[in-house]
Amino acid sequence: MSVFIDKNTKLVIQGITGRDGSFHAKQMMEYGTQVVAGVTPGKGGQKFEGTVPIFNTVFDAVKATGANTSVIYVPPPFAADAMMEAAAAGVSLVVCITEGVPVLDMTKVYPFVKERGVRLLGPNCPGLITPGESKVGIIPGRICLPGPVGVVSRSGTLTYEVVYQLTRAGIGQTTCVGIGGDPINGTNFIDCLEAFEKDPATKAIAMMGEIGGTDEQEAAEYVKKHMKKPVVGFIAGQTAPPGRRMGHAGAIISGSSGTAAEKLEAFAAAGMGISKRPMDFVELIRARLK
Amino acid sequence: MNIHEYQAKEILRSHGVPIPPGEVATTPAQAEAIATTYGTAVMVKAQVHAGGRGKAGGVKFCKTPADAKEKATAILGMKIKDLTVEKVLVTVAADIGTEAYVGIIVDRATKKPVFMVSAAGGIDIEEVAATTPEKILYVPVDVRYGLPTYDAMRMGFFLYEDVKLARGAAKIMQHLYAAFMAAGCSLAEINPLVVTPTGDLLAVDGKMVIDDNELDRKPDIAALRDESSEEPSEVDARNANLTFIKLDGNVGCVVNGAGLAMATMDLVKYYGGEPANFLDIGGSSNPEKVVNALRIITADKNVKAILFNIFGGITRTDDVANGIVTATKANPLKVPIVIRLTGTNEELAMKILTENGFTASSDMDTAVQQAVALAKGGK
Repeated sequence: MSVFIDKNTKLVIQGITGRDGSFHAKQMMEYGTQVVAGVTPGKGGQKFEGTVPIFNTVFDAVKATGANTSVIYVPPPFAADAMMEAAAAGVSLVVCITEGVPVLDMTKVYPFVKERGVRLLGPNCPGLITPGESKVGIIPGRICLPGPVGVVSRSGTLTYEVVYQLTRAGIGQTTCVGIGGDPINGTNFIDCLEAFEKDPATKAIAMMGEIGGTDEQEAAEYVKKHMKKPVVGFIAGQTAPPGRRMGHAGAIISGSSGTAAEKLEAFAAAGMGISKRPMDFVELIRARLK
Repeated sequence: MNIHEYQAKEILRSHGVPIPPGEVATTPAQAEAIATTYGTAVMVKAQVHAGGRGKAGGVKFCKTPADAKEKATAILGMKIKDLTVEKVLVTVAADIGTEAYVGIIVDRATKKPVFMVSAAGGIDIEEVAATTPEKILYVPVDVRYGLPTYDAMRMGFFLYEDVKLARGAAKIMQHLYAAFMAAGCSLAEINPLVVTPTGDLLAVDGKMVIDDNELDRKPDIAALRDESSEEPSEVDARNANLTFIKLDGNVGCVVNGAGLAMATMDLVKYYGGEPANFLDIGGSSNPEKVVNALRIITADKNVKAILFNIFGGITRTDDVANGIVTATKANPLKVPIVIRLTGTNEELAMKILTENGFTASSDMDTAVQQAVALAKGGK
C-alpha cells in the first residue's frame, strides 16, 4: 500500500520534450512508472523515445490514454496555466515540479484545482515516489526502499538525505512526498498525514518542515487530535536570520512568526518525536516501529 | 525584493493613491533645492531597506530649505541597521489629523491576498496584532473577482464614521489593490493613511515588497532594484545565479538545495560552530557555479573553513568535484576545506578529488564536525 500513487498510476508528462522534462521522463520510465503520454503543444502525433505518444493538449492525452496523473516540467511563466489545464482535463493528481511560479498566480490556481476536486502537489517540489511501484517527479529512485515509513517534506535534497539514511539502515518507505517550498502549495502536511494515517502499510511517519508560515504548527495540532501512528519531525532553518528568504520562497521568518523554535515547541506539545539532526530520524523511527 | 519608499510611492501614485509631492536627493544641496521649490515645510526621509528609520534618526521635519539642507547632511551617509543612507526623499510635510493603517499581504493560510486595516495607524502593525487584535479588520480577496466595492466600503467604514471619508478610503484601497497586483507584490502597505485637518486623505508612507518570482516577467519592476543598498557579496551571488545570504559566522557553507543548506547551517551550530552563510548552488550541475560559489565565500575574511555538502540527485557530484579543482587551481585556498559528497557519480567525484590532493567523505555528520573544528583552529 501507499499514498497518492502506486503501480496503477498512469502518468502524462507536461513539457516532455523540454530539457528537464525529457531527462526525468526517461528516469521515471526506467524506474517503472507507467508513462502513458507526453504533452508539448505543436508536437502532437510524435513519439517520445519511440514509445510514448505526444499530444498537443492534456485533454487529448487524457482522452486517448486514460492518464490519471500529470507531472509538470514547464517554465515558470507557463506553469500556472499548465496546472489549470491538467485539472480541467480530468486527472486526479497534478504534480508541479517547476520552481519560480509567482505566488499571485497560485492564488488563482489553488481555488481552480480545489473546486474541481483535484489534488495538486507543489509547485517547486521534487514530487513523490512509492518505492518499487511508481515515481512521479525527480526523487532519485535508487535511494528509496519499500517499507513501512511515510515521508513528507517541504524540501528536496534534505528529503533525499533522510530517506537515504533510512534506506541504509534497512528502513523502507511506503511513499515519500515532497510538498514543496513555496508559500502557497496545493498539498500541505495535514493532507499527507491524513493519507498516511489511513494507509494500512504505513506504520510511522517522518516529517521534515522548515521555517516560515504555520503549516507545521497546524500539522502538530492535527497529530495531537487525529493520529494514532507515531510521527517524528525535523525543522530546518534554526540558524536562519529573520526577514530573509532562505532559498525557498516560503522559507522566511516574517516578523516574529514562523521560527524554528515555535514549530519545534508545537511538535513537542503534540507528543511527536523530534529529530535534532537529520541523522537522528533513523533511531527515532526505528524505536517507533518496534 | 525590497524597493524604496519613494519607488513604492511612485507606483501607488500612478494607480491613483493620493501621495504628497516628493523628490529624491543624493546631496544636501539637492535637498535644499527641492524644499525651495515646494516653499513649505518638508520631511527629509532616509531611503534604506530597513524598518525603524524614524527611531534611528533617519526621518526629520524641516521648516525651511536651509533646515532641509542641514538635516539631509546629517542623514546622508548615516548608518541604519548596517545600511548606509545614500538617498533621501524630500516630501511635503502633511498636517496630520488621524492616522490609519492599510496593508495587503499574500496570506499563506487562506492562500489569498488579505487586506489588514486598522484605525491604529502610524505604528508597527505586528504590535497592534499582538496586543489589540480587535483593532484590525482582515478581508481576504478572491483574485478572480478582485476587491469588490462592498468589501472596500466595509473597510472604509471600519476606519471612518464619516461616509465621505469611508468612500475615499475605499477608493484608495481599490487603487492599492490594483498596484499590489500590477507590481507583483507579496506585501504593500500605506502606513499611515492620514486624514488632514481639512479632511483630505493622504498616504504619507508607503512600502512594497515584490515577489522575486515576478521579476522575470516585470522588467520595469526588476529595474527598481537598488544594488547599492544590498550586501555586495549577495549581489555578486545573484548575478551568478546562486542563492546566497551572508551571516556572521566563520564556517563557509556550499550546499545543493535550500532545505539541506539550512539543515547544514543548523548542524554547524549544533556542533558549536557558526555558519558564515547560506548558499544553495541549486539543482543543475555546472562546475561554473562551484567556481563562483568558492570565489564569493573566500572573499569573506571571516571564513576560517569551507564546508561542501552535496547530495547528488540531479546534481552530478563529479561536476562539483571538477568545479572545486578548477577554482582552487586558479585561486589556491588559504583556508582548509572539508568536502562531503554522496549520490550521483560519487566514485568518479572521489577519484577526481583524490587525484588532485583533496580528501572527501560521504558522511554529513562527520564532515560538519570536522569543519567546525577546523574553523576553530583545530585539525
